[in-house]
Amino acid sequence: MSDEIKHEWPLFEVFVRAKRGLNHVHVGSLRAADHQMALHHARDLYTRRNEGVSIWVVRSDDVVASSPGDKEAFFAPSGDKMYRHPTYYAIPDSVPHI
Amino acid sequence: MSGEQAFAETIEKDQRVEPRDWMPDGYRKTMIRQIAQHAHSEIIGMQPEGEWITRAPSLRRKAILLAKVQDEAGHGLYLYSAAETLGADRGDLTRRLIEGRQKYSSIFNYPTLSFADVGVIGWLVDGAAICNQVPLCRSSYGPYGRAMIRICKEESFHQRQGYELLMTMMRGTPAQQEMVQDAVNRWWWPSLMMFGPPDDQSPNSAQSMAWKIKRHSNDELRQRFVDMTVPQAEALGVTLPDPELAWNAERGHYDFGTPDWSELKRVISGDGPCNAQRIAHRRKADEDGAWVREAAAAHAAKRAGVQA
Repeated sequence: MSDEIKHEWPLFEVFVRAKRGLNHVHVGSLRAADHQMALHHARDLYTRRNEGVSIWVVRSDDVVASSPGDKEAFFAPSGDKMYRHPTYYAIPDSVPHI
Repeated sequence: MSGEQAFAETIEKDQRVEPRDWMPDGYRKTMIRQIAQHAHSEIIGMQPEGEWITRAPSLRRKAILLAKVQDEAGHGLYLYSAAETLGADRGDLTRRLIEGRQKYSSIFNYPTLSFADVGVIGWLVDGAAICNQVPLCRSSYGPYGRAMIRICKEESFHQRQGYELLMTMMRGTPAQQEMVQDAVNRWWWPSLMMFGPPDDQSPNSAQSMAWKIKRHSNDELRQRFVDMTVPQAEALGVTLPDPELAWNAERGHYDFGTPDWSELKRVISGDGPCNAQRIAHRRKADEDGAWVREAAAAHAAKRAGVQA
């Protein structure tokens, strides 16, 4: 059986919430045998100086990402929809609170 | 737009290259080599100071030194993490280090003979590292730049604890003051060598500058370090062991002597005072930890109900 065990630990991505009220932000990755160990290693590695109050770990191979090659198809359509922005609409200065 | 054009434009506009972007093979290889070498330096760099943890003269100094050496491990891991975004594998990088196929900073091949060395490493070696690393926060490769920002924040603690330690020793007995001066004498020239060979002997620099992997030349950074350090040495009351060191009002910089470049070559190519010891120690740590890694993987596989 030992032959079949892969000894290289999988990669995990780490996200840290710096303080209450803020989103978790990606800070880097680490190797761990499982999620629990990943969480402990993340604490030791990424929060040695009160950098966070909460940690998420996600296996890197579970992350699905958009590809830079798809940039046009993914993000270009929003470029011609200026009407989604408040500044698209001309309102006279005399109108208050809008 | 082709990947090649997009890459050129990213560099041109001083934006960051991110892991999934197209990049030239040479850029990828250079980045992996540079980041791995930097990561290895942090990991090997734990050894010279780690030797003093059990012999630190007070609980306060011991706690500080432990935290510092733990930071070096952390820095190594931030950097291996950055290298993995380029397709490198950290287990493989460790093997390359142990087999001598990848290098680390020559500075860690010098021995730490007294506790004053811990202070001088913090002051001079970490000081030189900060000079080198601050510009790397703007490296064109995003994950490397971000790792460097984290590292630089923590290096400042390293340098200050070293300088404070030396100030304390300099207020002590003549014997303690001599220990500090002796450590400065031994570490000064190797610290200057940390910036690499002189510009006219640094063949890869031009390409690295063009790719914005490197922002300043070796000689520029070395000069910056000397200018920063001289007043600190004066405040401390130690003499830097260079008779040619003198203020040059015309240049607005300190003039200084030439490091022994043949020594740098020798130490880089494996013939420094501690090269063999450093690698042997790293190899042993890797081998001694193997059963733990295997056991953890087996445990995880069993708990997951499938063989990993």
